Amino acid sequence: MELIPKLPVAEWISDATDWLTDTFEFLFDFVKNDFGDFIEFFAESLLMQIPIWLFIAVVAVLAFFVSKKRIGLPVFVIFGLWFIQNQELWEELMNTFTLVIFASLISVIIGVPFGIWMAKNKFVETILTPVLDFMQTMPAFVYLIPAVAFFSIGMVPGVFASVIFATPPTVRFTNLGIRQVSHELIEASDAFGTTGAQKLFKVQLPMAKKTIMAGINQTVMLALSMVVIASMIGAKGLGQTVITGLQRADVGTGFVAGLGIVILAIIIDRFTQNLNTQRGDQS
Amino acid sequence: MPVVQVKNLSKIFGKNSKKATRLLDEGLSKDEILKKTGNTVGVNRASFDVEEGEIFVIMGLSGSGKSTLVRLVNRLIEPTEGSVLIDGKDLAAMDSKSLREVRREKLSMVFQRFGLFPHRTVLENAEFGLEIQGMDKEERKKKAQKSLELVGLGDYVNQYPGQLSGGMQQRVGLARALANDPEVLLMDEAFSALDPLIRKEMQDELLELQESMKKTILFITHDLDEALRIGDRIALMKDGRIVQIGTPEEILVNPANDYVEKFVQDVDRSKVLTAENIMKRPETVDIEKHGPRTALERMRKEGLSSIYVTDAKRRLYGYVTADDVSDATKEEVKDLKSILRTEVPKVDKTTSMHEIFNIIHDTPVPIAVMEDEKLVGIIVRGAVIAALAGNEVNINGIDS
Repeated sequence: MELIPKLPVAEWISDATDWLTDTFEFLFDFVKNDFGDFIEFFAESLLMQIPIWLFIAVVAVLAFFVSKKRIGLPVFVIFGLWFIQNQELWEELMNTFTLVIFASLISVIIGVPFGIWMAKNKFVETILTPVLDFMQTMPAFVYLIPAVAFFSIGMVPGVFASVIFATPPTVRFTNLGIRQVSHELIEASDAFGTTGAQKLFKVQLPMAKKTIMAGINQTVMLALSMVVIASMIGAKGLGQTVITGLQRADVGTGFVAGLGIVILAIIIDRFTQNLNTQRGDQS
Repeated sequence: MPVVQVKNLSKIFGKNSKKATRLLDEGLSKDEILKKTGNTVGVNRASFDVEEGEIFVIMGLSGSGKSTLVRLVNRLIEPTEGSVLIDGKDLAAMDSKSLREVRREKLSMVFQRFGLFPHRTVLENAEFGLEIQGMDKEERKKKAQKSLELVGLGDYVNQYPGQLSGGMQQRVGLARALANDPEVLLMDEAFSALDPLIRKEMQDELLELQESMKKTILFITHDLDEALRIGDRIALMKDGRIVQIGTPEEILVNPANDYVEKFVQDVDRSKVLTAENIMKRPETVDIEKHGPRTALERMRKEGLSSIYVTDAKRRLYGYVTADDVSDATKEEVKDLKSILRTEVPKVDKTTSMHEIFNIIHDTPVPIAVMEDEKLVGIIVRGAVIAALAGNEVNINGIDS
């Protein structure tokens, strides 16, 4: 045991991160500044400018149609959102919502193509599977460290850390969904002379849609679960209020902000789940 | 030229197929090769031609390699050896682009479990092949609609496959294949997943469609009755090898080996054999030349109780019985016309044995088998029973 000294793995990682930070500084700076500005603009100049009553009304109406004209979800939306604004957490909610939206969007944009690649190529699947395992099981706090190194503090590193943590389900479910398409349908598609792209867009993706949407739902939920953690590096939102509550040992504040996150989570979850219907389903 | 030519086609699954191929050359069986190399022989040196407009049935039990064979024909499975020629062009030599072209334009496939896309409506399913070809939306809709009407589903265009019964789903599968207007239709156990009544209905419908379409159809089945019903020619497969190719009659009547014979033993022959297969050469007398005396002479010689009367061109006039003739000779009648009986049980030579049953039951004389108003043979009760028992059947109406 003594023959091999402690390997300087930590040093290697640090060095690699430093090197990345220096080498790609222009890129990180660009993302940090321009993307950061855009996120801020989206949250503060768009979402927060909408009158609260109008925002709640629009979401409630959408909920009504999304849940196939049932009344439960809209009622929940109205009471939930009203409660959050009543607790004077509206700005925090908008910030959190922005973080979740951007993190999820980026996750899906990255995740779906990788999932397709994985489904089409056995080798890629072999390589990516442990990488995905790694991404999901590594404690989420660890991502905060390079995130800060690359993007300093604020919303952008929050989004970055959330994307790493939230992307795997989309990749996995896309892969699964495509691989689940029955052999006979693939044969049918081939027998009619489809190109690879035609097969993908006309058969595999439509057939896998339900599974992919389930993956996206998971991704959104994971992104939301990163909100509190991301607020440790300065991402604005409900998470920050929770942290404040923690630091001051103020149970009430922490609980109310936590409740806000739960309400947001339920609304987003029901929305994404109800959007997940497939043509030709028997129901 | 045959539309589909299959030459020496082999498929060996698994790695190191070369060794297995060599063992095939040495004549080892599928089981022996599996034991020695771990390779499964899918298809073993299959050769056949499918002529334009015929229904060629490949029939075999599960594991006989018939499904592999049909997938080799449109190269869904890559062959290990041999070639498939569609319109004289070798499929195996094609790059993926020309292969796609052939699949789009010349070959369409119908699948056992229908292979319909559940997220597409019936119309969109039927459109699929045309859509892949990049056909204009309006035009392909029109063609798909027409194709669906052809199979009797014109009113179901907006349904989803999941809302239809099995038989209707397979009609959609058929319509989808026909919408492309392919030269060759590959049907892989197309009716096997349907219940027997619907299956028969679909078979009838296919035959009816075929009357007008005259497509070249390669039909795969494990059901011999189905093969005999719809096939113009049948190839029987066992262990990846084609053991016999022939018309339904040829296979029933002259099984190439024990395997085929065993196979056809259980077939309901009455549905397959026709009058032609069981008729005998008729003994006749000529109404112009012969009188009662000749008729009596002939009947005595052959041990008959009646004899058919024709003219020189074998046009049938009727029959005379031994009793009548014997009376006529005593009364010195010179002509057969006065004692001629004209209520003759007649069947066309293509009549199935099934129908002959009903006729032969209550007729005192042998049945006259006709072709173009001419007497070509007779059927006696004994021949029907013998044929059902599976022996003494002849193919061409000549005594065996």
